[in-house]
Amino acid sequence: MFKKIDLLSEQDTIDLAAFVTPLLKPGDVLCLYGELGSGKTFFTKQVGKFLSINEEIDSPSFVLFKEYNSGRVPLYHLDLYRLRSEEELLDLGIFDMIENGITAIEWPELAENLLPSTTLKLRFHYDGYDRWVVVEPDPSLAEFFE
Amino acid sequence: MKTNYILAFESSCDDTSVAVVDTEYKVYSNLISSQPNHLEFGGILPELASRLHMKNIMYLTSAALQEAKVDLDDIQAIAVSINPGLIGSLIVGLSFAKSLAWSRNLPLITVNHMLSHIFSNYLVHPNIKAPFLALVVSGGHTELVYFRTETEFEIVGKTLDDAAGETFDKTAKLMHLGFPGGPIIDRLAVGGDPSFFQFPRALKQKDNFNFSYSGVKTAMLQYIRSIDDEYLQEHQADIAASIQAAIVEPLIKKTVRWARLHNVENILLAGGVAANSALRSGLTTHANKYGINAYFPSLKLCMDNAAMVAAAAIPKFNQGLFASLDVNAFSTKGTKLI
Repeated sequence: MFKKIDLLSEQDTIDLAAFVTPLLKPGDVLCLYGELGSGKTFFTKQVGKFLSINEEIDSPSFVLFKEYNSGRVPLYHLDLYRLRSEEELLDLGIFDMIENGITAIEWPELAENLLPSTTLKLRFHYDGYDRWVVVEPDPSLAEFFE
Repeated sequence: MKTNYILAFESSCDDTSVAVVDTEYKVYSNLISSQPNHLEFGGILPELASRLHMKNIMYLTSAALQEAKVDLDDIQAIAVSINPGLIGSLIVGLSFAKSLAWSRNLPLITVNHMLSHIFSNYLVHPNIKAPFLALVVSGGHTELVYFRTETEFEIVGKTLDDAAGETFDKTAKLMHLGFPGGPIIDRLAVGGDPSFFQFPRALKQKDNFNFSYSGVKTAMLQYIRSIDDEYLQEHQADIAASIQAAIVEPLIKKTVRWARLHNVENILLAGGVAANSALRSGLTTHANKYGINAYFPSLKLCMDNAAMVAAAAIPKFNQGLFASLDVNAFSTKGTKLI
């Protein structure tokens, strides 16, 4: 199933994170799709707040992978933009650790076949005027988005 | 007096570098493997990078020793950067450094990559004295760090989202320019009008010393969508100058303001973006207005290099702060910064 949610203001994105975060348990993965500047990192920052993470969550683009351990559960923040193959992704060794926390992946296309079953896909859109997100939950989370 | 040579390794991102530096900050060799293979992909390819590190590090070590006219018996300590960076790349440098330290029975000194950029200034100006304020700006960092002494410091400002260098890269990409974006925009901006288009400046409050560039990125996205390719081509220099001003201006203003508020007389600029001409000249002019000195490393020392790793290791060498051989690399900033 898909659900489209308009994000008319920053507060709408914050509210979305407030709704989504409690649904997640360790091992779950948030796949964040969307172009440069569509709001993926901003959303992840909000998820971090609702996990009570007190570190600053900034862009992982440069180092690909950042982890935050100050909250209720660890948050792993990935950006796969620069990777070119599944093999490179496996070499990073991240799948050994993500079971312990909640993982947010930006540019997740490459990881799709390697992910655990419980994922929530969020496709962020921005056309220069409006922002919206299309949510595609795993069946186990579908009831929350009906 | 006996010369203490430090052999240093840097492999936190795309370049492998090996250097020989003495404890008076004199550089005997500082070899950097530039890796042009990256250019065709429009970015750094992490695993490709760590494989290239493996290929390069042995050869570069021999070449660095040879250029310095020393051999391993002359080396007093091994220095290496362990965080932050691409984990696979960091591990190559660290494993090599550990092996050498173990087999030659030499002390191992680990340093933070971001902070080592700051110490590249000592290679050009060995007489700088703390306290000083450092601005580290690169593809992965935008941090304002106050050093009370050479080993006691505090981060007083940082980016809340994208790093300055990352913003250059991402906005250059939106303008259909190449990679890395910083030097290309710098070059294009010469002769351009920085007030041609007003990109937003975030966190303008006088007591806020953090930085934010996601709004600048969004503004560029909106702007590019509002113009056609022909207009973009025609006004490339003006747009480049305008985006450069939006990135560089907050860096200059906030750094100088913090230094003035806290009566700090020396500002050290460091990191890849320290090569940006508008940042160098703007920071110097603005700081000098208030009697503050601005220092920056030579252009070669702005990029990732091992001489700066050695420079950051010198205060630790002098204080005997050595690492144990079971130390690990880590990708994030972590709590232990030096």
